[in-house]
Amino acid sequence: MNAIAQPTRQLVRMRGRSYVAFVFAPVVPIVGWLEEIDATLARSPGFFAGKPVVLDLSAVDLSETAITHLVASLEQRNVRVLGIEGVDPVRLTASMPPLLTGGRSCVLMQNELKKPETKPKPTSLLLENPVRSGQSIVFTEGDVTVLGSVGSGAEIVAGGSIHIYGTLRGRAMAGVNGNSAARIYCQKIEAELLAIDGYYQTAEEIDVALRNRPAQAWLEGDVMRIAPLS
Amino acid sequence: MAKVLVVTSGKGGVGKTTSTAALGAALAQRGEKVVVVDFDVGLRNLDLILGAERRVVFDLINVVQGVAKLSQALIRDKRLENLWLLPASQTRDKDALTDEGVRSIIADLRTKFDWILCDSPAGIERGATLAMRYADEAVIVTNPEVSSVRDSDRIIGMLDSKTVKAESGERVEKHVLITRYDSGRAARGEMLSIEDILEILATPLLGIIPESQDVLRASNVGSPVTLNNAASAPARAYIDAARRLMGETVEMMVPTERKGLMDRLLGRRAA
Repeated sequence: MNAIAQPTRQLVRMRGRSYVAFVFAPVVPIVGWLEEIDATLARSPGFFAGKPVVLDLSAVDLSETAITHLVASLEQRNVRVLGIEGVDPVRLTASMPPLLTGGRSCVLMQNELKKPETKPKPTSLLLENPVRSGQSIVFTEGDVTVLGSVGSGAEIVAGGSIHIYGTLRGRAMAGVNGNSAARIYCQKIEAELLAIDGYYQTAEEIDVALRNRPAQAWLEGDVMRIAPLS
Repeated sequence: MAKVLVVTSGKGGVGKTTSTAALGAALAQRGEKVVVVDFDVGLRNLDLILGAERRVVFDLINVVQGVAKLSQALIRDKRLENLWLLPASQTRDKDALTDEGVRSIIADLRTKFDWILCDSPAGIERGATLAMRYADEAVIVTNPEVSSVRDSDRIIGMLDSKTVKAESGERVEKHVLITRYDSGRAARGEMLSIEDILEILATPLLGIIPESQDVLRASNVGSPVTLNNAASAPARAYIDAARRLMGETVEMMVPTERKGLMDRLLGRRAA
């Protein structure tokens, strides 16, 4: 086949989009101001890397050559100037960044301040007290460990496995986010209901011979297995 | 230091009111200044058990709403000068109780009494939660059967989460009081054993009150069992429980089938 590519007319779509830029407002003497920039870069190199920078020259009165020199000095420091504002347009040449107007100030989100929040979330939950009837513990992020017993009418819902070092008399639902590898362990099984990844067994279906013994439950395909822990 | 003690259970009919009256009277007999507060607004009973029903003028709700002063609503017992009753209203319901009203009454009572015993209504709704709200200690009344034990477990969970103490990171001191214990049925395995109850509730035992006609007889004449017949088995068990509340160490007796003779010691106290 020899299909000839027809030149199709491309529709050009224009979209507006706003970005947050650093605004540099140099003050005289320019040399002293550049030293300040150098000091910032020495503390954290790459502080301005990849960030749009706008020069606000309203506080200084610079000639065309001086502006060219300033832009070049910043470029040496790996700071690329996206635009210039607060200057008479006649002092800008075509090789300089364009004149910008209508900028609005906003609060810059400091990445440094965000760091404490980005701590990894805990992936397990430890409960040191018994879980009482009527209480519902839901922890979808991972495993739940209970040092006491889980009372009749209480329930534990976990994204991961459930470990109970007392008697399990209530309900235990493990792997609720579709984690079929989750398991349920308990020191003594008298559970009302066990569930892993949506597959469940009620008290009636749990083998009487297992009752009151340490046991674990897991999924084998779509069958729930319960066996004593030796 | 005044102690606020809530007598609660979740389940109805297990003996909260009887126990409140009996423990209150036993504490008063030992020289403590005691007030028993009926929180069962709309279904009050504590006045009957204490034989004060003909002397009720103002009640808890009147005080909460500022209609009456606390001193006007308090009724002094005719037999024990250290025992007082703050009755509930029979014509209102639990919605008439407010958190702020209960807080200020309890704060006021703390300045006047050694012990403030709050008789909680059954259930887990407003009346019960406000009765336990400002408690320092709790007596959880439990019958030796599964439904009562499960409801007690639920109430213990609420004591650990819904009280002012729990919310400020402290703990309400909790005690289990087993009532209506029938040694004959226990021997035949027709009831939950003491060990099973304590294992499920994981809470220290305050006492075991035997099932007895003496309790009913005392209620009918409007007298706490500890006053009506102090030598009876249930009265002795309540008096022992009151002594334990006061911090005394008293050996725990499991009521046995032979009437009046308690010879089997319970080997341990629950952890």
